[in-house]
Formats: sequence, structure tokens, C-alpha cells
Amino acid sequence: MTQQLVIYPLLLQLFLSIILMFSWSKISWQRVISIGGGFINIAISIWLFVYIWNEGIQTVQAGNWAAPFGITFVADSLSVTLVLLTAISGLAVSAFSASSIVVARLKFGYFPIFHFLLLGLNGAFLTGDIFNLYVWFEIIIISSFVLITLGGEKAQLEGAVKYFTMNILASMIFLTAIAVLYGLTGSLNMADLSLKVAAIENRGLVEITAILFLVAFGIKAAVFPLYFWLPASYHTPPSAVSAIFGGLLTKVGVYALIRIFTLIFVGDVFLQDTILVMAVLTLISGGLGALIQNNLRKVFSYLIICHIGYMIVGLGLYTEVAIAGTIFYLIHDIVVKTNLFMVGGLIYRITGTNNIRSLGGLYKEYPLISLLIAIPLFSLVGIPPLSGFWPKISLITAAFTAENWWVIGAILFASLLTMIIIAKVWANVVWKDKVELPKRLNFRYFDKMTNIRKTQLVAPIIFLSLISLYIGFGAEHVQQLSTRVANELIDNQQYIDAVFKTGQNIKP
Amino acid sequence: MKTIILKTASTYLLPVLLLFSIFILLRGHYLPGGGFVGGLIASIAYVLHAFANGLSNTKNLLKFHPGFLMPVGLALAFLSGMAPLLFDMPFMTGLWYPEALPVLGVIGSALFFDIGVYLVVIGVTLTIIFTIADTI
Repeated sequence: MTQQLVIYPLLLQLFLSIILMFSWSKISWQRVISIGGGFINIAISIWLFVYIWNEGIQTVQAGNWAAPFGITFVADSLSVTLVLLTAISGLAVSAFSASSIVVARLKFGYFPIFHFLLLGLNGAFLTGDIFNLYVWFEIIIISSFVLITLGGEKAQLEGAVKYFTMNILASMIFLTAIAVLYGLTGSLNMADLSLKVAAIENRGLVEITAILFLVAFGIKAAVFPLYFWLPASYHTPPSAVSAIFGGLLTKVGVYALIRIFTLIFVGDVFLQDTILVMAVLTLISGGLGALIQNNLRKVFSYLIICHIGYMIVGLGLYTEVAIAGTIFYLIHDIVVKTNLFMVGGLIYRITGTNNIRSLGGLYKEYPLISLLIAIPLFSLVGIPPLSGFWPKISLITAAFTAENWWVIGAILFASLLTMIIIAKVWANVVWKDKVELPKRLNFRYFDKMTNIRKTQLVAPIIFLSLISLYIGFGAEHVQQLSTRVANELIDNQQYIDAVFKTGQNIKP
Repeated sequence: MKTIILKTASTYLLPVLLLFSIFILLRGHYLPGGGFVGGLIASIAYVLHAFANGLSNTKNLLKFHPGFLMPVGLALAFLSGMAPLLFDMPFMTGLWYPEALPVLGVIGSALFFDIGVYLVVIGVTLTIIFTIADTI
């Protein structure tokens, strides 16, 4: 049973999608299946997490073909952490979408596609084969195309075209890079590639291949010169969709960058400097971009870009402390960003708009909800002891050790920008006097909803806020986890050994 | 299109093409072919029938919405992948029935996976084409 545990999260999501497709027109069933499945998914992910924590890296050879010939699924600490976070965000978003997405959209298969998206995310985190990673990326982007266009509003289609174009381009570059890498080494298994790439003498060619990967994943992760598609498209779909996009999709790009640049292309000074420059520029430009926006979800979109910078910084510094900071930030960011977009959706349901200027008076009307919203907002800024504070310590320490003052400056500057932006959002949305807006016809306002629907909107936000609080107050545990992940990533021999010691799994 | 030649031909071509698609499906394990190509050929059979006899007639012939084939095919492929787990082997390991059957040859879990693909491809293709044909 436990031997195959690594792929259970994948199988569960596939199973859920199939069941949901069978109940295509029964929306009320779909809601129940999706939320119930979310709970089972969390249970399985915790089981997997605990198992990996105790037993070390585990692998499954799909189809019983031994590595490096078959497709290997590898669960190391980084993968299982991300699978667990996917499960947590997935549950929150499926509960949130059960109430916030209109039935007309749900009827066109929102939930099955949503679970296909989660399948793709889990697959990307667990696979140990670079071509298989490409396939999971395809599953992710195909599902996200459907989710982003579902409903077919004009603004949505405009956003979708940009999103589609950039992602297809990224996939093409990714595929080209895989082809070049396969030509160089004759292998696709990442552990095998790690050994073979290190042995290649033509370093120039290796560097160019690495740059191709950097561009491909850079587009997906939305780093500095390649991010412009993100703010153009993330505010167009319903907030539940933006929540899962903002929380997890860009992080898959970051995950792929971390995986590739700690396992396959290691120890190249030129690459690390490039990554650092990109990271610093991402931090600054994302923050400055957010400063001038007035649409709440556009502000959050720019903040995604800004905070991707923190994760890439750690990768560029490439020390154990820096990588631990990156991982901690990744954990914190997935939870908080998912939550922020849901908060945006909740505010939209309450007031009917997302424009900061016409919002206001939330504290007078809903004091408890305002306090709830404060948790993700201030976690994002990183006011100690909330969750955003701790990873920055690791990152600044690492930059200080490397005597890289530019990086420290950028980290602090981006934190300052984030604080100004969040203060602006807080003052405008919560504290400012209420602006009287004309009531929209045919719009389901929050106060007109039934209690179950209200709970489905607020409970996921409470749930993720609690997790944020845990990350902040239980920072010791998360730091321990991040250090362990960083240790595994730096000492990548553990990963390679785990992939190749699979003799006991294979039966004649 | 109302030509009597196409109409008559399509009536005979439909079963022939369907049989051919199954032949391609079964042939696919070691030779060119397989579920994907087989599914495309099968959907071509229905598209041709729709050309000659009108969409509503083809829909009557099918009796159910082709989209229903998607979850059915996916479920079949999923189960064929899950089957090895019962024997404590990794996901998608090929299980083979030891003796060859007449006509079909040796049968394994891979065949059911391919049948799943076949059904999904028919479902997707026909749903897309019928929807486009409906809206024109």
C-alpha cells in the first residue's frame, strides 16, 4: 500500500475529475464531491508528508520500468510540501468557488477542470522526468485556459489571449530546451541528467541550454522582463480562479526553476548572477507596478510578481540559508496569495466592485470580516511575528554573508513598497468612509446570500488565515522544514541515490 | 449535402470504417496504430454520416451525447492503470493474460488503456465537431 503512496495524490485527483465528469449536469453533487474530495486530498497529502518526513525520499517507477528508462515519480521533502500546500489551497478554493462562481459557469464543467488543474500541479511537483514535467505543464495550461475563458466575457477573452500566447511560447521554449538537452545527454530522467550534464565538457552549450530553461520557466514564474502577461490576465477571471492561479500557477514555474537549477545546472557563476539580477529587478518593478494600480486584483497581481523576486533571490545566492529562505517564502506565499485573491472576491461580493477608490467603510459594516482580512494582508507585508517576516531574515542573512548589498537593498525596498501598498489598500478599503455605489441589478450581494453560501465564502478565508498564523507563530517548525528541504536540494546526491536505488521495487 | 451517391455510400462506409478503426486499435500495440488513431477514424465515420444524412440523423444513430464517452474512456484508462496496484506493482505496469486468444492475440491491461483512449478521442472529436456544426 505505502509503496505506491507517492502517486496517490495524482490518482485521487484523476478519480475525482472522472467522477465529476459523470455528474456533469448535477451541480449540487459536484460541489459536495469537490469539497469532500478536497478533505480526502489533504488527508492523503499529510499521510505522504509524514511518511516522507520519517522515511526519506521515496520513488515510484511508473509501469515498473527502471530509471533512467521509465518515468520516475520522486517524492522528496520539497515535492511533498508543495503537494500538501496544493491540497490546502485546493480545498479552500473549491469551497470558495462552490459559492462565488455563478451556476452558468459551473454548468460548463468548472469543477472537473479545476481538479484536472490540481492533477497537473501535483504531477509537476512529483515527477522526476523532465519530459513528463513538460506534459504536466501542458495539463496545467490546458486546464487553466478553460478556467480563464469560462464564462466568455469580453475582458476575460482579452486576458486569455495574452495568457495563452505567452504560455504557449514558454512551452515551445521549454520543449526546445528539452530537445537540446536530450541531444546533449541522451536522457530525460532528471537524476540521470544531473550526472550526465556535470560530465559534459562543452560548458558553453550547457549554459545556453540552461538559459533556455531559465527563459521558459521565467515566463511561467513571471520574473522581471517576462512578467507582463500576468497583470494583464489575472484580474479577468472569477476570483476563485485567480486565487488558484495566483497561489499556485506561478509557483510551479518557481518550483521548476528551483528543481532545474539545484539538480541539473549547478554551480555556474554566470547563471547565478543572471538569476540575481533578474530577481532584484523583479522585486523592484513588481512593487513599483503595484503602487500605481487602483483595481484591487491588479494590485495583488503585481504583488505576485514582486514576491516572486524573493524566491528567485534565494536561488541566485545559492547557499543553504538562502535556499531555506526561498522555500519558507514559497510556503508562506502560496497560502497568502491564494487567500488574498479570495479576499478580493469576498470584497467584490460585498460591494460589487474591486476599484479601490469606490470601496470603503468595510470596518463599520463588517468589523469581524475586516479583522479577518487584516491577517493575510499583514502577513504579506511581514509584520513580525506574521509569516512574511521570517523568510526575509534568512534571505537577508544569506545576502549579508555574500556581501551582496544590492540584494539586501532590493529586499528591503520591496518590503517597504509592499507595506506602502498594503497600507493604501487597508486605508482605502477598510477605514475610509463608505462611498455610496449604485446597486447593481442581477448581482448576488453578500448580505442577500443564504447562510450556507456565506459560510462557503468566509470559511476558506478563515482556514487559510489560520494556516498563515501557524506559519507565522510556528515559524520554528516551518524553518526546520525549509532547512531540511534546502539541505536536500544543495546535497542533490540524496535525490539521485533515491532514484537509482529502486532495485527493491522492481519485481521480475 | 443531398447527393444520393454520398448518402448510399455513407450507409455502407459507416460500419466498414468502424470495423477498420477497431482493427487499427488492436493493431496498435507493436505496429503503427492504436487508440488515438483508431478513435479518429471512428469519429470520421460518424462525421461522414453526418455530412451525408444531416446532423440530427447521426445524433439519433448515436442515441447518447458523444461527450458521455469522455468520462467512460477516462474511467476505463484509469482502471487499467490501477489494476496492477492490486498485485502490488507500480501504477500502469503491464499485466498480461498468459495465453493468446483467437483473433485478438495476447491481451493485457495496455489494451484496456488504449480502448479508453479510443473512447475519449471519439467523445472529444464528436463533441467538438457537433458543437461547431450546430452553431453554423
